[in-house]
Amino acid sequence: MKGTPHESAHLHVAGEARYIDDIPEITGTVHAALGLSDKAHAHITAMDLEPVRQSPGVLAVLTAEDIPGENNCGPIVHDDPILADGLVQYVGQPIFAVYAESYEQARIAARKAKISYDELPAVMTPEEARARESYVVPPMKLVRGDARAAIDKSAHRLAGQWSVGGQEHFYLEGQISYVLPTEDQGYHVYCSTQHPTEMQSVLCHLLNLRSHQVVVEMRRMGGGFGGKESQSALFCCVAAMGAHALGRPVKLRLDRDDDMMISGKRHCFHYDYEVGHDDQGRINAARIELVSRAGFSADLSAPVATRAVCHFDNAYYLDEVDIRAFCGKTNTQSNTAFRGFGGPQGAIAIEYILDNIARNLDRDPLEIRKANFYGKQERNTTPYGQPVVDNVIHELVAELETSSDYAARRQSCRDFNIGSPVLKKGIALTPLKFGISFNVVHFNQAGALVHVYTDGSVLVNHGGTEMGQGLNTKVAQVVAAELGISVEQVRSSAADTSKVANTSATAASTGTDLNGKAAQDAARQIRTRLAEFATREHGGEAGAVIFKNDTVTANGIEMPFRELVMSAYTNRVQLWSDGFYATPDLHWDKDSMTGRPFYYFAYGASVSEVIVDTLTGEWKLLQTDLLHDAGNPINTHIDIGQIEGAFIQGMGWLTSEELCWNDQGRLTTHAPSTYKIPASNDCPAIFNTRLFDNQNHEDTIMRSKAVGEPPLLLPFSVFFAIRDAIASVAAYRINPVLKAPATPEAILDAIDSVSTEA
Amino acid sequence: MTTDKHAIRFLLNGEPVVAENQNPTRSVLSYLRQEMGLVGTKEGCAEGDCGACTVVIGELIKGELHTRTVNACILFLPTLDGKALFTVEYLRHMNDELHPVQQAMVDCHGSQCGFCTPGIVMSLWDKYNEYSDTDKRPDRQELADHLSGNLCRCTGYKPILEAGWKMFDLPPSPLARQPIIDALSRYSRDSSLQLHHPDAHYDAPRTLQELRTLRAARPKATLLAGGTDVGLWVNKLMRPVTDIIYLGNVAEMQSVRVEKEQLHIGAAVSLSDAYAEAVAHYPQLLEMEKRFASVPVRNSGTLGGNVANGSPIGDSMPWLIALGADVQLLGKDTQRSIALEDLYTGYMQNSLQEGEFVASIIIPLPVEGQRFRTYKLSKRFDSDISAVCAAFNLVLQDDVIVSARVAFGGMAATSQRAAACEASLIGNRWDEETLSAAKQALASDYSPMSDMRASAAYRQRCSSNLLQRFFLETRPENPLDEQQTSVFARAEVTA
Repeated sequence: MKGTPHESAHLHVAGEARYIDDIPEITGTVHAALGLSDKAHAHITAMDLEPVRQSPGVLAVLTAEDIPGENNCGPIVHDDPILADGLVQYVGQPIFAVYAESYEQARIAARKAKISYDELPAVMTPEEARARESYVVPPMKLVRGDARAAIDKSAHRLAGQWSVGGQEHFYLEGQISYVLPTEDQGYHVYCSTQHPTEMQSVLCHLLNLRSHQVVVEMRRMGGGFGGKESQSALFCCVAAMGAHALGRPVKLRLDRDDDMMISGKRHCFHYDYEVGHDDQGRINAARIELVSRAGFSADLSAPVATRAVCHFDNAYYLDEVDIRAFCGKTNTQSNTAFRGFGGPQGAIAIEYILDNIARNLDRDPLEIRKANFYGKQERNTTPYGQPVVDNVIHELVAELETSSDYAARRQSCRDFNIGSPVLKKGIALTPLKFGISFNVVHFNQAGALVHVYTDGSVLVNHGGTEMGQGLNTKVAQVVAAELGISVEQVRSSAADTSKVANTSATAASTGTDLNGKAAQDAARQIRTRLAEFATREHGGEAGAVIFKNDTVTANGIEMPFRELVMSAYTNRVQLWSDGFYATPDLHWDKDSMTGRPFYYFAYGASVSEVIVDTLTGEWKLLQTDLLHDAGNPINTHIDIGQIEGAFIQGMGWLTSEELCWNDQGRLTTHAPSTYKIPASNDCPAIFNTRLFDNQNHEDTIMRSKAVGEPPLLLPFSVFFAIRDAIASVAAYRINPVLKAPATPEAILDAIDSVSTEA
Repeated sequence: MTTDKHAIRFLLNGEPVVAENQNPTRSVLSYLRQEMGLVGTKEGCAEGDCGACTVVIGELIKGELHTRTVNACILFLPTLDGKALFTVEYLRHMNDELHPVQQAMVDCHGSQCGFCTPGIVMSLWDKYNEYSDTDKRPDRQELADHLSGNLCRCTGYKPILEAGWKMFDLPPSPLARQPIIDALSRYSRDSSLQLHHPDAHYDAPRTLQELRTLRAARPKATLLAGGTDVGLWVNKLMRPVTDIIYLGNVAEMQSVRVEKEQLHIGAAVSLSDAYAEAVAHYPQLLEMEKRFASVPVRNSGTLGGNVANGSPIGDSMPWLIALGADVQLLGKDTQRSIALEDLYTGYMQNSLQEGEFVASIIIPLPVEGQRFRTYKLSKRFDSDISAVCAAFNLVLQDDVIVSARVAFGGMAATSQRAAACEASLIGNRWDEETLSAAKQALASDYSPMSDMRASAAYRQRCSSNLLQRFFLETRPENPLDEQQTSVFARAEVTA
């Protein structure tokens, strides 16, 4: 069962998996498009929408004034207008919506507005926002001990600044919502979203409805990665406004360029750090400012910053710390959740610092990393006060070091470089530790509904959403295991707010942990009833009834599962059940930033070897070895798929994926022609992935560990391997100033900087 | 079957289809999804850059069925006339089981969210058909190259590449070619396709003479070849394209021939075919061939389109100019050849006369003593637009440079020769001293700009560094092989 293919794999490959735009359109369906701001920061002084209204096929044009309820789609802070109301805060901000008979007509019309602006100064970078002390939420801090004093007392001090870029989600299926008015002021909403309940809620505020009037249904997304957690709301609302105004079904499917112009991305971060360390490279104390580009509104920037703060330690014990985070308000898209949710941005900062310390001490960066690892009995409490009790980083890294032949390959890179005037090789091994659970305690709950039908087939519904990560497959496996039936007997249905209410976002890697447990709870209740029924019929102990191989054995009597089910039905036994789960033992104080925010930690490590062209900065990944801790995996292949996919996605973030804004504040990389996610030739020819043999220390579903986000930190090794190759140009004596993403230009700049210094 | 000069006729998944009253600029993707209810083919970007809409086109060439992948999102419906279109729905249509390509993708866990998957399946199917009659299979590199136009955001590609290998282990399911060939052979036309839709006119002349006459009569009409750029005018700029002359059916413009030590490539020859020919004569073009856009874009786009479009970042012009290529220009009653660099007069401007069009590109074949290289720099290997594109062509006699042609893309408003650099090279020995002077001269040849692909400083610096690389690879003393100079070097490349 651990090798079960994705429940939709046979549909994916046949083109038969239905996404929202594939649903046959109801007669009378109207298509929407958005009119966008041309200015980064301006008051709208006049708006002539008549040419839009007169454009062929147009049925209606709506603006902020036409919103019956609240003009907000912000998930936490209510600062996120659906349509700009007099003030535009970034290029690409939606100002009006046009509804037309066809998709093309709506898009053509949307370009015909004549809007006049009175421009205001725009803030584009996190550094500018920090200098102006302009933030979308108040700054946050996590302090343990007296970092300042400890740094001053340290044998060595290291201070600097650095930055990493943001990242576009580039889910292959763009944002889409299809809203159908139903009877009695009801709405049925198809929305490509990770958070159906949130969509239901914002829609109710928009149209002054009660939640029971709105059903949100979501079978599958063509990728989400965090980009459809909060940010699907705007599009859902615009479609709903049209459906409300016209009384017709409305679909809003974004063109790729509009999608990239409007929607938020991974936060870029700027760092200002200082650490003190000893002769062995062990850090005594660290001080850091993490400044993110939040964009024009809060969205999820505060929890993203929280997770960045809680992951600055990565796998390392930092005794005295002063960590501050600032969510810079900028006139750009409102940045949002993206796989890792600030964790990668926090953790890569300490990796950069350790890399610098190693070169300063002329040591292998791996030695320095190991010297700083969390201990098992001591040096094992995180800066936020949570003891690390499941630490496997020592043995995991040791195993990878051996299996990848790290030491010998490191030497052979150095030997190669001596004889190679143009091309230089580099290698790095980086570890990761990643905390699992939502930092907001009450999100850590889930519900499920399991139906056993009289023919023995099973339907499971739960609060999570399928975006490719294999959640539905794993939940079906859990239910099948609980009932002792084959997974083919279990079908997962679309997430649906009318089946399971008040769901949390499928996010923070928690999908399987939460919904798997809830579904198990539901299935277990049914099994208990069936066992009791079987013992009533056949005698024996209910607890001794065995459910296995589609067969139930009670008191030595075997019967097919389906026969028992049919018999139970005729004896009026309830064959369906709900289930619920709340993660235990979590607490978090957001003011002091302390508590136990995470139920457990996932671990992993990677080794990457690259070759870099010192004349052009072009590079290639030659080999990667991944070793990752997924606990006791529910589905090995799905987990390996998550690990490898996250690795390549994270590699894109750190190398080829560059977001550029021009001096007008316009994003110039708003399509795949200009924004380059990894392609087939970027996958290394030697790519070894293994799961670390482990069990979850905590009582998680089947003792597995969440695997969605943690492996996004694995490609740190690619970035630091590139840096290692660059450092060879100056005999590894100088720390190359290499920004992320390490584009060929950034790499060549770094090569030039070390060449000049050398 | 009767020929109807006003209807588009093609095979859709093996079945004859007649499309009437269609806007000629309607994309094949829109037609499939909205008109035919075939929603297996997806839209990911509508600009030919993601591959979610990959479909396979088949056409008869000398009685044989030739198939290739294309992007349905930027393919205009009338260009299908007389061809066979295969979509993902066809693979199961053949028998109800999953095709080996599909089964291998399932077995290897090659899909996660599944949205890119139909496009990937079609690219793999195309490769499968190429090999299914042989006892060979493509290696990993060939598969990766073939998937250059298919983005996947979930898997990281490894299981997809594995599926491409393992699909040959399953019971074979070759494409039944003969019924397609028979059906297509009935589509031969005795008059050209002409569409008169309220929104646009569309003509697909079949002979050069027809084209010359049409062009003279409609000098403002949009000349459509592969549509890899014109498709974006419609999808992205929402620009109405109301008058179209399609070049893809003009037999003379599809030809490739060698004559008098020159390679003549018809302007409507696809980039795939044109590069295959060029690489046969100039193996140094292999990396450029692989890096030029993606397989589906190269299958649709034409060398003539790349040249006539005249983008400053087009990847063919620098090497064509460096090799001294000419373009043949035809008018209604006129014919002339000019040097390619003389075609460009400014940013996206050219020296074509009214009624004239680019008919072919004429490339001199290699000569004794020639040192030729072309290089492209971009953020990504597959399907990216160059930040800088360079081409160097020296002819050496007794180690002395007797001829030098150097051209760059991405450095100016058009692809341009580096006059000062060339002048500094000619007459000198190809040594360090000459290199150093040539670098200095090159610095004065261009004033590049900064954009999202690279800064001016990077472009300037790399132009010099690429000249350095060229020297290292071609110097008379101890030249370095490509394995020592390019991270993308492949074993099969020869000097």
